[in-house]
Amino acid sequence: MELLEFVGVSKNYGKKEVLKNINFTIAPGKIIGLLGKNGTGKSTLIKLINDLLTPTSGEILVNGKGVGVESKKIIAYLPERTYLDKSMTVDKTIEFFESFYEDFDSEKARKLLADLELDTSEKLAKMSKGMQEKVQLVLVMSRKASLYILDEPLGGVDPATRDYILDTILTNFNEGASVIISTHLVSDIERILDEVIFIDKGKIVLKSDTDELRNKENGSIDEIFRRMFKC
Amino acid sequence: MKCEFDNNIPIYIQLVEELKICIISGEFTAGERLPSVRELALSTKVNPNTMQRALAELENLELVYTERTNGRFVTKDKEIIESYRKEYAVQIAEKFFTGMENIGFNKKEAIEYISKLGGND
Repeated sequence: MELLEFVGVSKNYGKKEVLKNINFTIAPGKIIGLLGKNGTGKSTLIKLINDLLTPTSGEILVNGKGVGVESKKIIAYLPERTYLDKSMTVDKTIEFFESFYEDFDSEKARKLLADLELDTSEKLAKMSKGMQEKVQLVLVMSRKASLYILDEPLGGVDPATRDYILDTILTNFNEGASVIISTHLVSDIERILDEVIFIDKGKIVLKSDTDELRNKENGSIDEIFRRMFKC
Repeated sequence: MKCEFDNNIPIYIQLVEELKICIISGEFTAGERLPSVRELALSTKVNPNTMQRALAELENLELVYTERTNGRFVTKDKEIIESYRKEYAVQIAEKFFTGMENIGFNKKEAIEYISKLGGND
Protein backbone atom coordinates (compact mmCIF):
# COMPACT_ATOMS: atom_id res chain seq x y z
CA MET A 1 0.00 0.00 0.00
CA GLU A 2 1.15 3.53 -0.72
CA LEU A 3 1.94 5.69 2.27
CA LEU A 4 0.40 8.75 0.69
CA GLU A 5 -1.83 9.12 -2.31
CA PHE A 6 -3.35 12.15 -4.00
CA VAL A 7 -6.28 11.32 -6.29
CA GLY A 8 -7.40 14.18 -8.52
CA VAL A 9 -7.01 16.79 -5.82
CA SER A 10 -7.89 20.39 -6.56
CA LYS A 11 -8.02 23.34 -4.19
CA ASN A 12 -9.57 26.71 -4.86
CA TYR A 13 -9.41 29.79 -2.69
CA GLY A 14 -12.60 31.50 -3.80
CA LYS A 15 -12.34 31.68 -7.58
CA LYS A 16 -8.59 31.22 -7.55
CA GLU A 17 -7.41 27.73 -8.45
CA VAL A 18 -4.34 27.03 -6.32
CA LEU A 19 -3.95 23.31 -7.01
CA LYS A 20 -5.25 21.68 -10.17
CA ASN A 21 -5.93 17.97 -10.42
CA ILE A 22 -2.96 16.72 -8.41
CA ASN A 23 -2.19 12.99 -8.66
CA PHE A 24 0.83 11.30 -7.10
CA THR A 25 1.82 8.61 -4.65
CA ILE A 26 4.60 8.34 -2.13
CA ALA A 27 6.05 5.01 -1.08
CA PRO A 28 7.48 4.28 2.38
CA GLY A 29 11.20 4.78 3.02
CA LYS A 30 11.87 7.75 0.74
CA ILE A 31 13.03 11.32 1.10
CA ILE A 32 11.09 13.49 -1.33
CA GLY A 33 11.77 17.06 -2.28
CA LEU A 34 8.72 19.15 -3.09
CA LEU A 35 10.30 21.85 -5.17
CA GLY A 36 8.75 24.96 -6.62
CA LYS A 37 9.05 28.70 -6.68
CA ASN A 38 7.28 30.86 -4.12
CA GLY A 39 3.52 30.88 -4.48
CA THR A 40 3.16 27.74 -6.59
CA GLY A 41 1.04 25.77 -4.13
CA LYS A 42 3.64 23.89 -2.05
CA SER A 43 2.35 24.97 1.33
CA THR A 44 -1.28 24.48 0.29
CA LEU A 45 -0.46 20.93 -0.74
CA ILE A 46 1.24 20.30 2.59
CA LYS A 47 -1.64 21.78 4.57
CA LEU A 48 -4.01 19.48 2.72
CA ILE A 49 -1.99 16.42 3.78
CA ASN A 50 -2.13 17.65 7.36
CA ASP A 51 -5.89 18.14 7.22
CA LEU A 52 -5.54 21.85 7.89
CA LEU A 53 -7.34 22.57 4.62
CA THR A 54 -10.01 20.57 2.81
CA PRO A 55 -9.69 19.85 -0.89
CA THR A 56 -12.27 21.43 -3.19
CA SER A 57 -12.38 18.12 -5.03
CA GLY A 58 -10.50 14.83 -5.04
CA GLU A 59 -9.19 12.65 -2.26
CA ILE A 60 -6.06 12.37 -0.12
CA LEU A 61 -5.25 8.97 1.36
CA VAL A 62 -2.73 8.12 4.05
CA ASN A 63 -2.16 4.38 4.33
CA GLY A 64 -5.27 3.92 2.21
CA LYS A 65 -7.56 5.94 4.46
CA GLY A 66 -8.78 9.52 4.28
CA VAL A 67 -6.89 12.12 6.29
CA GLY A 68 -8.08 12.87 9.82
CA VAL A 69 -7.33 11.93 13.41
CA GLU A 70 -5.64 8.66 12.48
CA SER A 71 -3.36 10.20 9.85
CA LYS A 72 -2.30 12.97 12.24
CA LYS A 73 -1.04 10.33 14.66
CA ILE A 74 1.50 9.11 12.14
CA ILE A 75 2.48 12.37 10.48
CA ALA A 76 5.07 14.65 12.06
CA TYR A 77 4.67 18.13 10.62
CA LEU A 78 7.06 21.04 10.75
CA PRO A 79 5.12 24.09 9.60
CA GLU A 80 6.68 27.05 7.88
CA ARG A 81 5.99 29.28 10.86
CA THR A 82 6.49 28.25 14.43
CA TYR A 83 3.51 27.13 16.44
CA LEU A 84 5.38 26.79 19.72
CA ASP A 85 4.56 29.06 22.63
CA LYS A 86 7.70 31.11 22.95
CA SER A 87 7.03 31.95 26.58
CA MET A 88 7.60 28.26 27.40
CA THR A 89 10.99 26.86 28.29
CA VAL A 90 12.46 24.02 26.25
CA ASP A 91 11.83 21.64 29.17
CA LYS A 92 8.15 22.62 29.25
CA THR A 93 7.90 22.23 25.49
CA ILE A 94 9.26 18.70 25.72
CA GLU A 95 6.68 17.85 28.37
CA PHE A 96 4.02 19.35 26.14
CA PHE A 97 5.06 17.16 23.20
CA GLU A 98 5.25 14.13 25.47
CA SER A 99 1.66 14.50 26.57
CA PHE A 100 0.44 15.44 23.12
CA TYR A 101 2.00 12.75 20.93
CA GLU A 102 1.99 9.04 21.76
CA ASP A 103 4.98 8.47 19.50
CA PHE A 104 7.19 11.21 20.96
CA ASP A 105 10.57 9.95 22.17
CA SER A 106 11.58 12.49 24.81
CA GLU A 107 14.84 10.70 25.52
CA LYS A 108 15.87 11.12 21.91
CA ALA A 109 14.81 14.77 21.94
CA ARG A 110 16.88 15.41 25.07
CA LYS A 111 19.89 13.70 23.55
CA LEU A 112 19.65 15.74 20.35
CA LEU A 113 19.17 18.94 22.30
CA ALA A 114 22.19 18.12 24.44
CA ASP A 115 24.24 18.02 21.21
CA LEU A 116 23.16 21.58 20.59
CA GLU A 117 24.60 22.56 23.96
CA LEU A 118 21.53 24.48 24.85
CA ASP A 119 20.11 25.39 28.21
CA THR A 120 16.74 23.64 28.31
CA SER A 121 15.53 25.76 31.20
CA GLU A 122 15.64 28.82 28.98
CA LYS A 123 12.57 30.27 27.32
CA LEU A 124 12.27 29.88 23.55
CA ALA A 125 11.76 33.63 23.20
CA LYS A 126 15.29 34.22 24.48
CA MET A 127 16.91 32.09 21.79
CA SER A 128 18.10 33.12 18.35
CA LYS A 129 15.89 32.39 15.38
CA GLY A 130 18.27 29.69 14.18
CA MET A 131 18.24 27.99 17.57
CA GLN A 132 14.45 28.08 17.71
CA GLU A 133 14.30 26.43 14.31
CA LYS A 134 16.69 23.72 15.46
CA VAL A 135 14.64 23.06 18.60
CA GLN A 136 11.49 22.79 16.55
CA LEU A 137 13.09 20.41 14.10
CA VAL A 138 14.43 18.24 16.92
CA LEU A 139 10.94 18.01 18.42
CA VAL A 140 9.40 17.00 15.10
CA MET A 141 12.14 14.48 14.26
CA SER A 142 11.88 12.92 17.74
CA ARG A 143 8.47 11.52 16.92
CA LYS A 144 8.44 7.94 15.66
CA ALA A 145 6.26 8.91 12.73
CA SER A 146 5.59 7.19 9.39
CA LEU A 147 5.63 10.42 7.46
CA TYR A 148 7.57 13.58 8.23
CA ILE A 149 6.51 16.73 6.44
CA LEU A 150 8.87 19.65 6.64
CA ASP A 151 7.73 22.93 5.13
CA GLU A 152 10.71 25.12 4.25
CA PRO A 153 12.99 23.85 7.05
CA LEU A 154 15.94 25.83 5.66
CA GLY A 155 14.38 29.25 5.41
CA GLY A 156 16.57 31.98 6.81
CA VAL A 157 19.29 29.94 8.51
CA ASP A 158 23.05 30.16 8.04
CA PRO A 159 24.98 27.47 6.08
CA ALA A 160 26.29 25.72 9.22
CA THR A 161 22.77 25.49 10.62
CA ARG A 162 21.60 24.27 7.23
CA ASP A 163 24.08 21.38 7.42
CA TYR A 164 22.94 20.60 10.94
CA ILE A 165 19.31 20.52 9.83
CA LEU A 166 20.01 18.28 6.83
CA ASP A 167 22.06 15.87 8.92
CA THR A 168 19.41 15.78 11.62
CA ILE A 169 16.76 14.92 9.05
CA LEU A 170 18.94 12.28 7.45
CA THR A 171 19.99 10.53 10.63
CA ASN A 172 16.77 10.69 12.58
CA PHE A 173 13.91 9.71 10.38
CA ASN A 174 12.40 6.45 11.40
CA GLU A 175 13.45 3.48 9.30
CA GLY A 176 10.72 2.76 6.76
CA ALA A 177 9.26 6.23 7.15
CA SER A 178 9.18 8.84 4.41
CA VAL A 179 10.09 12.50 4.52
CA ILE A 180 8.62 15.26 2.37
CA ILE A 181 10.66 18.45 2.34
CA SER A 182 9.34 21.51 0.60
CA THR A 183 11.82 24.15 -0.42
CA HIS A 184 12.97 26.49 -3.12
CA LEU A 185 16.59 26.18 -1.93
CA VAL A 186 17.28 23.26 -4.23
CA SER A 187 21.06 23.11 -4.27
CA ASP A 188 21.33 22.87 -0.49
CA ILE A 189 19.07 19.92 -0.19
CA GLU A 190 19.37 17.86 -3.34
CA ARG A 191 22.09 15.52 -2.09
CA ILE A 192 19.73 13.85 0.39
CA LEU A 193 16.71 13.40 -1.89
CA ASP A 194 15.51 10.11 -3.37
CA GLU A 195 12.85 11.73 -5.46
CA VAL A 196 11.83 15.17 -6.55
CA ILE A 197 8.42 16.59 -7.32
CA PHE A 198 8.45 19.85 -9.26
CA ILE A 199 5.37 21.96 -8.78
CA ASP A 200 4.49 25.01 -10.84
CA LYS A 201 1.31 27.09 -11.08
CA GLY A 202 -0.62 24.55 -9.03
CA LYS A 203 0.35 21.54 -11.13
CA ILE A 204 2.89 18.78 -10.77
CA VAL A 205 5.17 19.20 -13.75
CA LEU A 206 7.70 16.48 -12.93
CA LYS A 207 8.17 13.56 -10.55
CA SER A 208 11.38 11.61 -10.81
CA ASP A 209 14.11 9.67 -9.08
CA THR A 210 16.85 12.20 -8.31
CA ASP A 211 19.87 10.33 -9.66
CA GLU A 212 18.01 9.23 -12.80
CA LEU A 213 17.07 12.83 -13.46
CA ARG A 214 20.71 13.93 -13.03
CA ASN A 215 21.74 11.25 -15.48
CA LYS A 216 19.08 12.03 -18.04
CA GLU A 217 19.41 15.80 -17.97
CA ASN A 218 23.12 15.76 -17.35
CA GLY A 219 23.21 18.25 -14.53
CA SER A 220 22.30 19.02 -10.96
CA ILE A 221 18.69 19.19 -9.82
CA ASP A 222 19.25 22.85 -9.07
CA GLU A 223 20.30 23.48 -12.67
CA ILE A 224 17.35 21.52 -14.05
CA PHE A 225 15.04 23.45 -11.73
CA ARG A 226 16.41 26.79 -12.91
CA ARG A 227 16.22 25.77 -16.56
CA MET A 228 12.61 24.70 -16.17
CA PHE A 229 11.37 27.67 -14.19
CA LYS A 230 13.29 30.48 -15.77
CA CYS A 231 11.65 33.78 -14.88
CA MET B 1 35.59 8.26 2.68
CA LYS B 2 34.87 11.79 1.60
CA CYS B 3 31.50 13.43 2.14
CA GLU B 4 31.72 16.07 -0.55
CA PHE B 5 29.58 15.41 -3.57
CA ASP B 6 29.21 17.02 -6.94
CA ASN B 7 25.51 17.67 -7.47
CA ASN B 8 25.97 17.38 -11.23
CA ILE B 9 26.71 13.65 -11.12
CA PRO B 10 24.39 10.99 -9.69
CA ILE B 11 25.38 10.59 -6.05
CA TYR B 12 25.33 6.80 -6.19
CA ILE B 13 27.89 6.78 -9.02
CA GLN B 14 30.19 8.95 -6.90
CA LEU B 15 29.70 6.57 -3.99
CA VAL B 16 30.58 3.58 -6.18
CA GLU B 17 33.83 5.31 -7.15
CA GLU B 18 34.65 6.19 -3.54
CA LEU B 19 33.94 2.68 -2.29
CA LYS B 20 35.93 1.19 -5.16
CA ILE B 21 38.92 3.30 -4.12
CA CYS B 22 38.48 2.20 -0.49
CA ILE B 23 38.67 -1.41 -1.64
CA ILE B 24 41.55 -1.18 -4.13
CA SER B 25 43.56 0.98 -1.76
CA GLY B 26 43.12 -1.63 0.97
CA GLU B 27 41.21 0.65 3.33
CA PHE B 28 38.63 -2.12 3.20
CA THR B 29 40.60 -5.36 2.90
CA ALA B 30 39.66 -8.52 0.99
CA GLY B 31 37.08 -10.53 2.90
CA GLU B 32 36.40 -7.75 5.39
CA ARG B 33 32.86 -7.22 6.62
CA LEU B 34 31.49 -3.83 5.56
CA PRO B 35 29.62 -1.55 7.94
CA SER B 36 25.84 -1.66 7.53
CA VAL B 37 24.11 0.44 4.89
CA ARG B 38 22.83 2.77 7.56
CA GLU B 39 26.25 3.19 9.15
CA LEU B 40 27.89 3.88 5.80
CA ALA B 41 25.12 6.33 4.93
CA LEU B 42 25.61 8.09 8.25
CA SER B 43 29.34 8.42 7.88
CA THR B 44 29.08 9.79 4.34
CA LYS B 45 25.94 11.80 5.10
CA VAL B 46 23.98 10.41 2.21
CA ASN B 47 20.52 8.98 1.97
CA PRO B 48 20.52 5.27 2.98
CA ASN B 49 18.66 4.41 -0.25
CA THR B 50 21.45 5.98 -2.28
CA MET B 51 24.06 3.99 -0.35
CA GLN B 52 22.01 0.84 -0.90
CA ARG B 53 22.03 1.48 -4.64
CA ALA B 54 25.79 2.04 -4.66
CA LEU B 55 26.41 -1.23 -2.80
CA ALA B 56 24.14 -3.10 -5.19
CA GLU B 57 26.26 -1.73 -8.03
CA LEU B 58 29.46 -2.89 -6.29
CA GLU B 59 27.85 -6.30 -6.01
CA ASN B 60 27.28 -6.29 -9.77
CA LEU B 61 30.96 -5.48 -10.19
CA GLU B 62 31.68 -8.45 -7.91
CA LEU B 63 33.68 -6.30 -5.55
CA VAL B 64 31.37 -7.07 -2.65
CA TYR B 65 29.02 -9.93 -1.85
CA THR B 66 26.17 -10.48 0.55
CA GLU B 67 25.93 -13.31 3.04
CA ARG B 68 22.27 -13.69 3.66
CA THR B 69 22.22 -13.11 7.40
CA ASN B 70 25.68 -11.72 8.09
CA GLY B 71 25.81 -8.62 5.96
CA ARG B 72 28.07 -7.48 3.17
CA PHE B 73 31.71 -8.38 2.66
CA VAL B 74 34.52 -7.27 0.40
CA THR B 75 35.28 -9.99 -2.14
CA LYS B 76 37.88 -12.56 -1.11
CA ASP B 77 39.04 -12.73 -4.70
CA LYS B 78 42.23 -10.65 -4.69
CA GLU B 79 42.57 -10.98 -8.47
CA ILE B 80 39.34 -9.07 -9.04
CA ILE B 81 40.53 -6.32 -6.73
CA GLU B 82 43.89 -6.25 -8.49
CA SER B 83 42.25 -6.01 -11.92
CA TYR B 84 40.15 -3.03 -10.79
CA ARG B 85 43.26 -1.49 -9.32
CA LYS B 86 45.07 -1.79 -12.64
CA GLU B 87 42.06 -0.46 -14.51
CA TYR B 88 42.06 2.53 -12.21
CA ALA B 89 45.79 3.07 -12.66
CA VAL B 90 45.31 3.08 -16.43
CA GLN B 91 42.60 5.72 -16.10
CA ILE B 92 44.86 7.95 -14.02
CA ALA B 93 47.75 7.48 -16.44
CA GLU B 94 45.56 8.26 -19.44
CA LYS B 95 44.35 11.42 -17.76
CA PHE B 96 47.97 12.40 -17.16
CA PHE B 97 48.98 11.79 -20.78
CA THR B 98 45.98 13.71 -22.10
CA GLY B 99 46.81 16.63 -19.84
CA MET B 100 50.44 16.61 -20.93
CA GLU B 101 49.46 16.35 -24.58
CA ASN B 102 47.29 19.43 -24.17
CA ILE B 103 50.34 21.43 -23.16
CA GLY B 104 52.54 20.03 -25.94
CA PHE B 105 54.28 16.96 -24.51
CA ASN B 106 54.16 13.79 -26.59
CA LYS B 107 53.94 10.48 -24.78
CA LYS B 108 57.71 9.89 -24.76
CA GLU B 109 58.44 13.37 -23.46
CA ALA B 110 55.72 12.99 -20.85
CA ILE B 111 57.29 9.74 -19.61
CA GLU B 112 60.76 11.32 -19.51
CA TYR B 113 59.34 14.28 -17.64
CA ILE B 114 57.54 12.20 -15.03
CA SER B 115 60.54 9.93 -14.43
CA LYS B 116 62.65 13.04 -13.89
CA LEU B 117 60.11 14.27 -11.33
CA GLY B 118 60.10 10.86 -9.68
CA GLY B 119 63.90 10.89 -9.54
CA ASN B 120 63.89 14.01 -7.42
CA ASP B 121 61.65 12.41 -4.84
